[in-house]
Amino acid sequence: MRFDYHTAYRQGFALLPHTSDRVLYGLLIALLLAVPFFASTYLLGELGYVLILCIAAMGLMVLTGFTGQVSLGHASFVAIGAYAHAWLMTQGLPFALSLPLAALISAGAGLVVGIPAIRVSGLYLAMVTLAFSIVVEQVIGLWRGVTGGFMGMLVPNPELLGLSLSSPRAFYYVCLFFALAVLLALLNLMRSGIGRAFVGVRDSEAAAYALGIPVKRVKVGAFGLSAGVTGLAGALMAHHIGYLTPDAFTLLLSLDLVLMVVIGGMGSLRGAILGAILISLLPRAVAALKALLPEAMARQSGMEIFVAGAVLAFFVLFEPMGLNGRWLKLRALLESFPLYRRDTFRRQKSYMRSERNR
Amino acid sequence: MTALLELDEVELAFGGLVAIGGLSLRVDKGEVLAVIGPNGAGKTSMLNLVTRVFTARRGRIRFKGQDIAQMPRARIAHLGIARTFQNIELFDAATVLDNLLLGRHRFGSGRWWQQILRTPALTRLEESHRAKAEEVIEFLDLSPWRNARVAGLPYGVRKVVELGRALCAEPELLFLDEPASGLNPEETRDLAFWIEDIRTELGITVVMIEHDMSLVSAVADRVVCMAQGKMLAEGTPAKVQGHPDVIAAYLGT
Repeated sequence: MRFDYHTAYRQGFALLPHTSDRVLYGLLIALLLAVPFFASTYLLGELGYVLILCIAAMGLMVLTGFTGQVSLGHASFVAIGAYAHAWLMTQGLPFALSLPLAALISAGAGLVVGIPAIRVSGLYLAMVTLAFSIVVEQVIGLWRGVTGGFMGMLVPNPELLGLSLSSPRAFYYVCLFFALAVLLALLNLMRSGIGRAFVGVRDSEAAAYALGIPVKRVKVGAFGLSAGVTGLAGALMAHHIGYLTPDAFTLLLSLDLVLMVVIGGMGSLRGAILGAILISLLPRAVAALKALLPEAMARQSGMEIFVAGAVLAFFVLFEPMGLNGRWLKLRALLESFPLYRRDTFRRQKSYMRSERNR
Repeated sequence: MTALLELDEVELAFGGLVAIGGLSLRVDKGEVLAVIGPNGAGKTSMLNLVTRVFTARRGRIRFKGQDIAQMPRARIAHLGIARTFQNIELFDAATVLDNLLLGRHRFGSGRWWQQILRTPALTRLEESHRAKAEEVIEFLDLSPWRNARVAGLPYGVRKVVELGRALCAEPELLFLDEPASGLNPEETRDLAFWIEDIRTELGITVVMIEHDMSLVSAVADRVVCMAQGKMLAEGTPAKVQGHPDVIAAYLGT
């Protein structure tokens, strides 16, 4: 067991309060920095892709996990970010300027989609975002002058200060930099006033109003922030794919993002990252599994979707708090080793929810 | 005595149903006012009018002389009006400390870029919010629960956390909607002491909607009895309890 003795409030604010945490996370970052020196080109590309998905999942987590708004259309923000970035670069803007601009354009689209969120929530909001993603897919397909339509568009190579970033190693570092920067920015934001307001709006709108939180502005703002972060992921994704076509950003990607957030564990950025890693590794695991299965079964299509669905069902049934919940339990087990009680995390049932005036 | 809050001929209707008809009420600075009345009398509706959940069809609501009857709902807290809810409305998935810090929302929490970068100025601001939250934790004996998630807390503690969250907003006027419902006698006694202290030590005017007459007579300076959207009687607790109309409204004779 470990007990903290604090003499100032700011000691409680530390992100990594214990030396052991600092050492372990330091080692993790050192490992991530060292990977390009021994990994193959293929593995580096895959890792970069996982990092991009981590950014996108963190973007959706801000909206769904922290503010409690469902979105089934986040692939469209990835698409907007990717196309905006690619188009701006073909217009001659440098990589370093085009990337934040693409994120801003995506954030603007997010603000527009967020406006209906003032009036609708839950299932209906999911439908609105779904409709938006279909519209975006069609617009991209038909707006040939900018997006190249269904023929697709080539993404220019990224350059920074005259150095090419298109080699797998350099691009991996770019992805790692942005993933860490987004993680730190969102961590700070979510533990400050804005993050608290998000959680307040999620858990009780009536109380949020009563405390002076402008609920409507918070909801729309959360959409904008989430879309901006997801758009940044999209801009990086453009370089990962290299050639943009509308079918790279279908409903399937949206659902993958939702899966990452739900399986990772609502309301935790660590959950978003763990979920992104798990979901992006799933197809690889399925491929490995197929090799072991009898020929007739391995040739069936739809295996990936089946496994993804099964994983989601298992998590909802057995670990509603997601991978993050599992992580917290594991930590608690290690820290309180012989004295761990399973019921620490058991949620008390309460039967007092009555009608609310939202 | 100066009036802190004045309701002047306020009327609230849902379609053809008149929930509150022509209610005039005055809350003086520094008093503890109890609002009693049978179910459906319009007590909570009156509170929802003042906190702008509902919009009055007619009449004026003045807080410190300013008309607030048409003010946006989120502005009310910034004037210094805080409330608790009849069915507890806490932020369930957050810790007690985060709930209390959310109570500090009206005092601001820095610009967005300061929050992202966690600048030293922001750390100092967060520390000041935390210090105030700790004062409230001390005042309400909440320290054993400081880092517990609200979802796992017993009912009585949740009621106190909700009171604490309202106090963190440092209001001038505090509305308590049935603060003692569901509390055991011991917790109700604690609550009576706290309400007394909130008035005398913190100088907050308290309006409470309450059915528990022992609590009402222990802490209230003045009692208003409502029935069917109108005021039946007002005066000292003993006087209102003995008023024939009040007895009739409760017993239905």
